[in-house]
Amino acid sequence: MKTPAVLEEVSVAVASDADIVSARMQGRALALRIGFRPTDATLIATAISELARNILLYAASGEIAIRPIERGERTGVAVVAQDRGPGIADLPRAMEDGYSTSGRLGLGLPGVRRLMDEFEIRSGPGQGTTVKVKKWIA
Amino acid sequence: MQVPILKQGPYLIATIQSALTDADIVQLRDALVEQVGRYRSRGVIIDVTALDVMDSFATGTLRDVAHMVRLRGAETVIVGIQPDVAFAMVHMGLTLEGVTTKLDLEEGLDHLNRHSRVTTSQ
Repeated sequence: MKTPAVLEEVSVAVASDADIVSARMQGRALALRIGFRPTDATLIATAISELARNILLYAASGEIAIRPIERGERTGVAVVAQDRGPGIADLPRAMEDGYSTSGRLGLGLPGVRRLMDEFEIRSGPGQGTTVKVKKWIA
Repeated sequence: MQVPILKQGPYLIATIQSALTDADIVQLRDALVEQVGRYRSRGVIIDVTALDVMDSFATGTLRDVAHMVRLRGAETVIVGIQPDVAFAMVHMGLTLEGVTTKLDLEEGLDHLNRHSRVTTSQ
């Protein structure tokens, strides 16, 4: 297995829909370098795409940081999506399938949770939103 | 990056050639819905082989294309969903319900030839 220590964190500013594509492509590339199989790299890229779109949609701009992580013998990737937007007023509902305040499918956040192994969200009115997700190499 | 749309007999074939931004996908949707009328097309094939990710936006917009094209009197077939992309869609809970999907362009054309009540020698 490759050592993640030599791999650097990737940080992508998200302010346009081209940045969504850039973030997920850089995320996929880093996931492959960390040692994820292509199938899992696609799951990670899909999750990044959803997180980046949420930033654009609800906060207009923000940042996605992707970095290699280790826990004991395990290697993985962490993705942190952060914005200073209005925040999410009703977090439990935002995590429900089919709930959306933007008239979209409402599968973004619950979908991201299903794609990744660990999911953490911090948000509140006026506080912006930070979503931190992790996936481990199986 | 714009998606080229090829008119082939009674069909329109859109071949996605790289990752697309949300704006690109919306532009593709609008172009297909408009061209189905302009060319009186019976069928539309969207080849997504080169698409890196089918997230909720891409899936929702392609589903919209199929439904809008149907309202315009033609049928849409989405071809080329890659195994990894299909895996991610299922994980996320994304479906293309009510939309015809086929393995590749050949199967897509075969489907339209059988179902769109026109022969290719038009």
